[in-house]
Amino acid sequence: MSTAGASSCFHCGEPVPGGTRFSVMIDGALRPMCCAGCAAVASTIAEHGLTGYYLNRSELPQRDLADSPLTEALAAYDIPAVQKPFVRISAGGIRQAALLIEGITCGACAWLIERRLRRLDGVLGVAVNLAARRAQVEWDDERIRLSAILRAIADLGYRTQGFDPVTGESAALRERRVMLWRLFVAGLAMMQVMMYALPAYLADGDLTVEVEQLMRWASLTLTIPVILWSAAPFFTSAWRDLYARRAGMDMPVALGIAIAFAASVWATVSGRGEVYFDSIAMFVFLLLGARYLETMARARAAESQQRLVRHTPAVAERLVPGAAPVATERVAAVQLVAGDLVRIAPGSIVPADGVVTAGESAADESLLTGEARAVAKRAGDAVIGGSVNLQSPLTVRVTQVGPESVLAGIVRLMDRAQADKPYVAQIADRIAQWFVAVLIVAACATAGAWWWIDPQRALWVMVAVLVVSCPCALSLATPAALAAATGALHRLGILITRGHALETLARATHVVFDKTGTLTQGRLTLIGVIPLGARGRESCLALAAALECGSEHPIARALLSAAPRAPSVTATQTRNYPGQGIEATVDGGRVRIGSPAFASELARRPVPPELVYVPDAVTAVTLADAGGYIALLTFGDMLRAGAHRLVLDLQARGKAVCLLSGDRRATVAHAAHALGVETALGEAGPEQKLAFVRDLQAQGAVVAMVGDGVNDAPVLAQAQVSIAMGGGTDLAHASADMVLLADDLGRLSAAFDVAHDTMRIIRQNLAWAAAYNVVAIPLAAAGWITPLAAGAGMAMSSLAVVANALRLGKIGVRVTFPIFSTGSPGYTVEKLL
Amino acid sequence: MDVLYLLIPLSIVLAFAAGAVFWWALHGGQFEDLEGPAHRILTDEDHL
Repeated sequence: MSTAGASSCFHCGEPVPGGTRFSVMIDGALRPMCCAGCAAVASTIAEHGLTGYYLNRSELPQRDLADSPLTEALAAYDIPAVQKPFVRISAGGIRQAALLIEGITCGACAWLIERRLRRLDGVLGVAVNLAARRAQVEWDDERIRLSAILRAIADLGYRTQGFDPVTGESAALRERRVMLWRLFVAGLAMMQVMMYALPAYLADGDLTVEVEQLMRWASLTLTIPVILWSAAPFFTSAWRDLYARRAGMDMPVALGIAIAFAASVWATVSGRGEVYFDSIAMFVFLLLGARYLETMARARAAESQQRLVRHTPAVAERLVPGAAPVATERVAAVQLVAGDLVRIAPGSIVPADGVVTAGESAADESLLTGEARAVAKRAGDAVIGGSVNLQSPLTVRVTQVGPESVLAGIVRLMDRAQADKPYVAQIADRIAQWFVAVLIVAACATAGAWWWIDPQRALWVMVAVLVVSCPCALSLATPAALAAATGALHRLGILITRGHALETLARATHVVFDKTGTLTQGRLTLIGVIPLGARGRESCLALAAALECGSEHPIARALLSAAPRAPSVTATQTRNYPGQGIEATVDGGRVRIGSPAFASELARRPVPPELVYVPDAVTAVTLADAGGYIALLTFGDMLRAGAHRLVLDLQARGKAVCLLSGDRRATVAHAAHALGVETALGEAGPEQKLAFVRDLQAQGAVVAMVGDGVNDAPVLAQAQVSIAMGGGTDLAHASADMVLLADDLGRLSAAFDVAHDTMRIIRQNLAWAAAYNVVAIPLAAAGWITPLAAGAGMAMSSLAVVANALRLGKIGVRVTFPIFSTGSPGYTVEKLL
Repeated sequence: MDVLYLLIPLSIVLAFAAGAVFWWALHGGQFEDLEGPAHRILTDEDHL
């Protein structure tokens, strides 16, 4: 995909659609832009002299963040009741908040946001945490409002996703610090103790007894913190297992550490026998290291989900009851009760479930129902909290809030399906328990046998068995591979949120897609313009754009992003007929755009016969004036780039591909046909989707579900492994096992590659650990392995396992990234990483 | 070899000192963002 700067958007790197003429002057040259959103962001960046961003960025910005929120909507965040949960107020009007920002892709983004905010008068401090994608902002409320800060962030093309509550430091942060501290203590002790052990290894008995004792005491001193602090989690976990009368994986670890340490202490104090302090410290360090990496990768995935759960708006516009001229007040959405009347401005999110009492509009409920088209709303119609009001203001009587709302109901459905979830990991755990139990029994039996043969050597042989049997390699085999795979996937923009995800993905027999937003772009795009009169294509498009320019309807958005920015014609007296179309006056004549029937009223002739050629899966809009029809414009939900290749790739892997969707049957069948998918189910509600997946599972299928809408959430939880698209709906992420952050379906193939490789590596690791144990344990039990060799063998087998796992991090992936060059940062090349 | 009786205890003290320094760095928040500062040092100047 080597694209030159001339044909790809300078800001986002997407190809510039033909016929669009957006450009922005950056660093002395006019740069092409793909759409009005990118152009607006780029001009904001240029205006504030922040074009250094384009030189320094190493990742392209996320798409679809360009729909920037309305200034009025942001103004709501200035209300004290809304600010209360997340703003910390210090003396003198100084306020602090931690903003979660979506769209930060690389270091240059952090730089851009910090620069921009620091130049605002009244902002006292900004610190962007790149890893957590969080901005800590401090401002003087008398000089700047929070809404102005949010506005500045939105103008740069980022979206403020929510706010971290101010209640103290998060538990996750504390836990992370403790883990890191434990790891460091073990690491430091390991290095130092090895230095003390080295003379004994090298001198081979030539050391004087005094010096050896000195080294041993030094080693003991430094190993005590490792035992007491670093290894504490193993002991607590082993104690918990013991208390619950089961054999956990931490038990041999804890037992091995405890016995080896006790024996070493005894050897040090009595001056007889071998010491294992270096082995203990290294053992603990390696185990903690693997666990730390794994926990961090998972915490990061979980955190990026949490921020997506906040869904309903923070603020509502409530009508003051009994006020003679209608007056509204802004209240926090949580304060709404059933019976309240709220006004919902066009473009804003419905704060609660309710019934329309006044106004006519259309709502985008695609998040909740999967229906990509706008649904007309008139007085008496029900609206769902979380949907978006598109056209004109609505007055709504609130019927349900909080736990009774539809959104909350969907979440509950999701929870229940999640509770039923099968866990393959539990089986693996049971097998591991048996192994551990057998191991401990074997060690004790060895000690018992040696008690009869040579009582003096009994304890040492038992320790040698426990040390050499290397629970380390066994305990590391899976987590090390999972950590490496999680890291590799994270670099690909795929987050793993549950431990079993990779394992199940590798076993999946069926891949089920939800059409809306997974295989398609999830939004309407202008497909074609069919001129029916004397006007040319460009002229028709300009006229249509002029009529639609005030509308928030999905069709209007699709039109406006395809049309030139400065329209050559202007429409006056624009009037909106919800559900039908728009009428306006252009150059003295009336022009209509909308449904064929609506346009034919003005054209005074039957609907255009050309409509016969428009397939059912496509939405057609007719443009007409009093003299006749002008043009037909067709809109559709385009397939994503790479969707077809992904389907072929999955089928080549022998996985059955299915398509479930809430969209109309014709649309779904059309998409399925275009992609070569055999099984497709249209007009499917959450229950039908759930039933479909259950049927597959009843036949023994392992289902991997790829979804994005809230209506998918229950079915995502029902599938054995679920993948959510990051650009999709917030709640779906909460239940998904994996989240695809990048908007690139090709990465899904890579996820399957990594899953298979991970399983192979885990099998190799387990095979290695098993083979090693089969050879080493009898040797140790026979007393043939010196304690020194036991420690070295343990270390070697652990390192072999870790090194094998690390190969997963080197999985080559074709990634496009921009070259940093002053002349044309828009150039991209492909590189095999 | 007598010097070992001074150097070994000294190395233990140093190890504990290193631990204390790390504790200070950890609780000073130096490990919170391991990616950002690496980029920030490259982009500190204004490109005007």
